[in-house]
This record gives sequence, C-alpha cells and structure tokens, in this order.
Amino acid sequence: MSGYNFAYLDEDTKRMIRRAILKALAVPGYQVPFASREMPMPYGWGTGGVQVSAAVLVPEDTMKVIDQGADDTTNAVSIRAFFQKTADVAVTEATGKATLIQTRHRIPEEPLTKDQILVYQVPIPEPLRFLEPRETETRKMHALAEYGLMHVKLYEDIARHGEIATSYAYPVEAAGRYVMDPSPIPKFDNPKLHSAAIQLFGAGREQRIYALPPYTPVVSLDFEDHPFEARKAEGACGLCGAEDSYLDEVILDDRGGRMFVCSDTDYCRTRREAEEAA
Amino acid sequence: MSPTADGTRFGGGFTDPSRDAARAFRTIMTVLARPGEIGTLDQVHAPAPLSQAQAALILTLCDTNTGVHLAGAADDSAVRDWVRFHTGAPLVAAEDAEFAVGTWDALQPLDRFAIGTSEYPDRSATLFAEVPVLAPEGATLKGPGIRNTARLSLPETGALQDNATLFPLGFDVYFTCGTALAGLPRSTQITAEDAQCT
Repeated sequence: MSGYNFAYLDEDTKRMIRRAILKALAVPGYQVPFASREMPMPYGWGTGGVQVSAAVLVPEDTMKVIDQGADDTTNAVSIRAFFQKTADVAVTEATGKATLIQTRHRIPEEPLTKDQILVYQVPIPEPLRFLEPRETETRKMHALAEYGLMHVKLYEDIARHGEIATSYAYPVEAAGRYVMDPSPIPKFDNPKLHSAAIQLFGAGREQRIYALPPYTPVVSLDFEDHPFEARKAEGACGLCGAEDSYLDEVILDDRGGRMFVCSDTDYCRTRREAEEAA
Repeated sequence: MSPTADGTRFGGGFTDPSRDAARAFRTIMTVLARPGEIGTLDQVHAPAPLSQAQAALILTLCDTNTGVHLAGAADDSAVRDWVRFHTGAPLVAAEDAEFAVGTWDALQPLDRFAIGTSEYPDRSATLFAEVPVLAPEGATLKGPGIRNTARLSLPETGALQDNATLFPLGFDVYFTCGTALAGLPRSTQITAEDAQCT
C-alpha cells in the first residue's frame, strides 16, 4: 500500500529493533530494552509482537497470526490485515505453510521447522515482576542469577495446593542462565519451546525483546520430587477427536452443557478434513 | 555492477532500501541464530577494502545512534566518507564502538571492545571481521542455535573461547569473506580442531 513504509515502521525504528533482536539471540532469555513505538493499536493487543514482526518480515514471507491458537479471532484477524495492508505479504492459516507466525498465548501443535520464525506477544516479560515489583531489583537478580525467590514461589504452590499450581506463563531457564517468562502460554506448551524455529518475544508496553535461538536448552523450573508436568484438560476434542492437543472448554447453553475443542483451530480443521477425505 | 567502482564514495547502497534491508537482516539474523550456517550478502558495495558482506552489515545495522570503529586498512578516507554518507554513524575509537569493522587481524587486540555489564550484557560490541576463508569446517561449535554440533573455520580459537567463558557478557562476531557471512554469538562453545581427537 502506498503511503506506508514497508511493514509500517520507519527504517530507523526497524534498525533499532533489529539490533535488539540480535542481542536477544546472542544472550538467550535476557530481556533487551528497546525504544518501543506507539502502534496503531492499544497496548495489550500485541504491540510488541507487531513491532518484532515488522522488523523481521521480508516481502517473500507467508504470515500466520494466531490468538490463543485461533486464526479467526479479532486480534489475529486485525494483525493479519495490518501486515497485508502495510507489507503486502501473503497470509495463511496453515501452520506448515507459514514462514513467520505471530502468536498470542499458544505454540502451534504442529512441530515448527527450521525455516519458520515464531513471534510471541508478551504482556509482562519479567518473570520475577509479581515477586519483586522494582525493576532495579529484578535487574540485579538477573545479573547475579539469583532466582531463589522463584523457587520459593513454586514451593509455596506445593505447600498450599500439593502441586505446582502455576498453569500458564510457567517460568523456564534458557540456555542454563536466565530465568525467562515464556509469555502466558499454557504449561502444556512448554516442552515445545525446545524448537527448530527461531523464537522471538516482544513486549511493547514494557519495552523488552528476548529470544530463543533454535534448539536452545529450555528447562521448566521444578523440583526433583515434584517434576514439571505438561498438562491439559482430560479427554478428546469434541470436533476432531484429538487426544494430544490442548483443549478449550466451550459453554454450549445455560444448563451446564459444554464441550472441549482444540485451541489450535488449524490443527483441528486439518484433522477433520483428513477424516472427511478418508 | 559496482557503483563504487567508478570512484564515487556515495554509490553502492541498497536499491530498494526498505525491502533490501529487510532481506539482508533476515540473513544476518539467521546466521547469528544458527552458528555455523553461512549466508550470502551481495546487494551492496562499499569502497575497498570493505567486502560486500561488511557493507551490507553496515547499511543494515548502523545509523546515527551507533558508534562505528573502522580498524586498520578499513580506516580509509573513502570508507569513512561512504559510512558517514550512507549511515550518519559517528566514527569512534574501539573502546566506544557498538560495531567494529576490519580484518580479523586489524581488529586485534580484542580486549579493547565492550563486553557489556552484568546488568546490561547487551551493551557490548559486535565485530564485522573479514577473514580469508569461511567454510563449514574446522572448529566444532556447540550451544544455542545448534542442534548437536556445527563446524566453522575460525581465524583463531583461543580468544573466542575466552570470549565464550564471559557469557552472558562478551562481544559477538560476524565473520565475512567477500559476500559470505557467518555469525558467532558469545553463547557458542568452541572446541579447536586439533583438540578433538581425545
């Protein structure tokens, strides 16, 4: 579209974001400060992810955008339309066909390949923020790799609930050094953080970018006697029958009717189409 | 086509700056995310002795906010003019550089370059080092971005191993050879070729 620079942002801004992305890849899990711009959407709608995507996009990309696994929700639809309009890139809903995937709160079920980039929208990048509100202190804790407080939090979960009750944004240790917030993905998705794809995390309001290069060792924090467990709702998808995918609960009526369906809409549709074809 | 070959110090830039820089950055990002992989940057030209890959790194990453250090033969009046004209980057001493450009030998000694601080490990230098050969052989690399191991011809291993021990501090290096490009982040563990038969 004329009137916009390619991918909306000006070149100075893209260079600044690109430099931050490279630092983030060099130090996996470290949150690189960047001069986040005001975007034509409110904070909380993926301004960080959008800026990272804009800095990484090439005209030849095929882009997919998901919100909680779904391609057809408001946030996903509007971000996809934004890049169609400002970067004129091809878009898809098929995970396997996408070269760049922007996501809010899910990792696609289909394993990603080395030719794909996954961009996360991150609300609060600092995993220690709810334990220690002061940035000066959390910065020091990361500098000293002083993560005892996080283990205390997980221990208190066990003391109160008998298990680690944290079910999303479950903290991980990246490359044996930094404790990192994987964004509010369900802990079911944590094992998928060990991926062939490049993973970039953008937090617009909090002005931070961090990253996981392919195959970076990612360990979900746990205890020997309370090992990490990826978990989802019991049962199978009510539409495609998948037992291995993350499920959303859907309320059907006001008499307690409900069903569980795949949160990853592309995964679910692909399975149903394969079944119909068979 | 080499717009700088006619003697002008102002040619050789991206034809379509926004899209060309995006493509160049994708290559630059990919090789840093996957150490051992070799990419190609052949869109732009700078005056000698800069290589095409070094020229593309400069145009993609440097601007008025980044101090650039030109080392050795790269500190040439044509190169200085070209960098200033295209990027507006201030030319600075090695100690203040965010980016340093030269041959691997000219960039020595390496302890001049910023390695960041424990609270801000990102406040570190990145080197654009031209080397005579760049091939997926030689030293063995392990670490983030590498599935099992990768191999890359490194001009030396000792200094780079020392740099890796500083992690999460340290500098990052792009090795260039003509239009070829490879990335070596500080996170990569290096084993010298002759140390492998143990």
